[in-house]
Amino acid sequence: MSPNAIAIENSQSERHPWTEVLHEWVTTVDHKRLGILYIGYALCFLLMAGSEALIIRIQLMRAHNDFVSPQVFNRMFTMHGTTMIFFVVMPVLFGFANYLVPLMIGARDMAFPRLNAFSFWLTALGGLLLYFSFLGGSGLYGAGNAPDVGWWAYAPLGAKAFSPGHSTDYWTVALLVSGFGSVGTAINIIATVFSMRCPGMHLGRMPLLVWLNLVMSGMVLLAITPLTAAQLMLLVDRYLGGHFFDTQAGGSATLWMHFFWIFGHPEVYVLVIPAFAFMSEIIPVFSRKPIFGYPVMVGATVAIGFVSMSVWAHHMFTIGMNSYANSFFAITTMAVGVPTGIKIFNWLGTMWGGRIQFKTPMLFAIGFLGQFLIAGLTGIIQACAPVDWQLSLSYFVVAHFHYVIVGGILFAIFAAFYFWYPKFTGRMLSERLGKWNFWLLFLGFHMTFDVMHVPGILGMPRRIYTYEPRPGWETLNLIVTIGAFIQAVAILVFVYNLVVSYWKGAKAGNDPWDAWTLEWSASSPPPAYNFATIPVVASRRPLWDLKHPEDPDSRYE
Amino acid sequence: MSVLALLFCFTTVASAATTGLPVSSTSMLAPASTPAKTIFGLSMFVLGVTALIFIVVCGLLVYSVVRFRGRAIDAGREPAQVYGSTQIELAWTVIPVLIVAVLFLATARVIHAIQDAPKPAAALDVTVIGHQFWWEFRYPKLGIVTANELHIPASDPAHPTPTFLKLLSADTDHSFWVPELGGKTDLIPNRVNQMWLDTPRPGIYLGQCAQYCGTQHAKMLLRVYVDAPADFAAWVAGQQQAAVQEPQASAGKRVFETTACINCHAVAGTPANGRFGPDLTHLMSRSTLASGAAENTFANLRLWIQNPDAIKPGSLMPAMKLGEADLDAVTAYLETLR
Repeated sequence: MSPNAIAIENSQSERHPWTEVLHEWVTTVDHKRLGILYIGYALCFLLMAGSEALIIRIQLMRAHNDFVSPQVFNRMFTMHGTTMIFFVVMPVLFGFANYLVPLMIGARDMAFPRLNAFSFWLTALGGLLLYFSFLGGSGLYGAGNAPDVGWWAYAPLGAKAFSPGHSTDYWTVALLVSGFGSVGTAINIIATVFSMRCPGMHLGRMPLLVWLNLVMSGMVLLAITPLTAAQLMLLVDRYLGGHFFDTQAGGSATLWMHFFWIFGHPEVYVLVIPAFAFMSEIIPVFSRKPIFGYPVMVGATVAIGFVSMSVWAHHMFTIGMNSYANSFFAITTMAVGVPTGIKIFNWLGTMWGGRIQFKTPMLFAIGFLGQFLIAGLTGIIQACAPVDWQLSLSYFVVAHFHYVIVGGILFAIFAAFYFWYPKFTGRMLSERLGKWNFWLLFLGFHMTFDVMHVPGILGMPRRIYTYEPRPGWETLNLIVTIGAFIQAVAILVFVYNLVVSYWKGAKAGNDPWDAWTLEWSASSPPPAYNFATIPVVASRRPLWDLKHPEDPDSRYE
Repeated sequence: MSVLALLFCFTTVASAATTGLPVSSTSMLAPASTPAKTIFGLSMFVLGVTALIFIVVCGLLVYSVVRFRGRAIDAGREPAQVYGSTQIELAWTVIPVLIVAVLFLATARVIHAIQDAPKPAAALDVTVIGHQFWWEFRYPKLGIVTANELHIPASDPAHPTPTFLKLLSADTDHSFWVPELGGKTDLIPNRVNQMWLDTPRPGIYLGQCAQYCGTQHAKMLLRVYVDAPADFAAWVAGQQQAAVQEPQASAGKRVFETTACINCHAVAGTPANGRFGPDLTHLMSRSTLASGAAENTFANLRLWIQNPDAIKPGSLMPAMKLGEADLDAVTAYLETLR
């Protein structure tokens, strides 16, 4: 194999007028630049959705608080949820997939570079449309406002009778447009993985990150489609006199719930599988061992992909399904815990007997393992349908899914940032700031989301803008709010680190972590064409083979 | 584990605070009815199982992190490269499958016990209708219509008289949740749901709407009065009486019946027969206003008529824009509706 890239003077190092730079970025079809655009765009929305979360937390700091009105509060939790799912976590994961998948399979770009750019700009347009509702939500004749129907917009709240004006339309169209973008990216990743792999890289030698993003893309195709269909039906209801979800004219509220959660639950795995992908690359490198049980990891991921398609109605245990339906969705939900558990065991097996290096990416990875374990276990608790009749729609659920998304996915994303930032920019992120970032986030996270389970058990429903001072509620909510602010400080440390390290960080070189996959053979940042000569691989860890010619992996596979 | 400690701490505080009249703590850890107790038992079982899994797996994680941390002495040397093991993979597949099987059987049993419980002949029927943002309770066999405060009889375990709720919605989705009496069930338009409760212990049990239903979801509070059988019979008799007609309140009655009040509110035996808002026939038999948002006092009632947003911003009750004299008269009239 020949992973070397020819060192050609990087065109970015010359000074260009800013208009030219902007033009280059806007018209780019390079998968790496699009990846960075996705990530940068998602970070902007992270700051916005984070601010919305802080507004929510200030309001709930004590009982009968009047920091914001109920109307504003309802908009804040709607925008916070919608933004975080569709315009923060999804784009950031697509960004990493865009950047890394071609590099890791030894390709020069995605299969459809223009589709790639088109998909990104659709997603970007979706986010802008959603936020434009703040200005245009009531139409041209009135001041705007954001949607306030909750991020799942249960029928009939989204119907004209309950959502006059256009704020719900902005929500609908934003998800519709960005959904097309997601489908485009998913098709692109699938096509790239199937047709662009370098010589020698058969499916059994693909890095797990590529495998997992392949599964994720397949799930996007299956999950986004019903969401898109539901949004179109809602638009028909609102503007063409349809009655799909219009309960006042005989429509069905539960039909919307099924459509939404057939999307909504696979969506959780669409978000978490790329997080698993990061773990499957980072844990081996910092344990100095190959991933334990590669074929089992692939199998478990595919199993999660299939099983998670049949669990959606566990979000609907309280809607009065009959006992057979409740039992069915209870067992499928518990069953999805098996392959997920297998993955956790395999990561532990990878660390077992290794020489673990506690660099910042690995700290986040270890945080992920512990926290995702707890998130999974509280998920099992709620899979018991009768227990969920108590816990569903309470703060326990809110704590549970934030444990998944923050404690699991966000920690994995931070691990990925610290791990691949040197490849993206050629500079290392500061380890000192990284440790501050980790420990502050760790502290804030546990203060917020460990404690948040308790008010749910004590009977506090979600989505209430104020509450009666029932025993324990006030103290617990105050602790949760303080924790949220500590997390906010951690995020600011991270953003500061991103910016400062870009100029002041230590030079990274091609392979700062002594890693084994193909992206580390390219220069940092890689040139536009990635590889001067297309590499040829003989094992799952081509750079290990190169560094240890006396004992290459290819001998054992 | 610290979470558990906190929990016990707060339940203790909660039960200490409830001296005198037993008022609910809204905690699912203090179950008072058959369904709630069954769910509590299952919760403790699954909590025990998951806690055990947590201790084992987290223990392994901590052990690996400590035992296999990189040391300076190892610098430059790679550990043994291990690729996997079929036996180990098999072990950590089979064990979780067995755990899932056990958890599922325990769950299915409880689902069946609660959902498919037969309805005894002595059961009380109540139709619950969710509205933005209040509760309507109709007792079809007793001819009673009331709002926000549900009265049910205590159920003697020897001769159970559970209450079966038929759950409907007039507008958006709602969810009936009184944690001490059972899990929640949604009220969904165009759909009939059902749940049941029973408890031998008289008292006030608090809850609230759990499904986001619009602007004032937060103040759609709910209370269930579990009355001793004799008290319940007395309450039923009181509710079945016609509205009180007191001559000194006739000025207020006239204002009430000649303004928009009657479009939404009903007072049995008078021209007021609106159904959008709570039935006011026995308003004074209730201890709260605006679905639990305020205590039922003269001052609060007057404020509620004058400016509902002061108590519950975004509620569908309009400000009635009455003059001071009319406002006092109408409040005085409503105060007579015992």
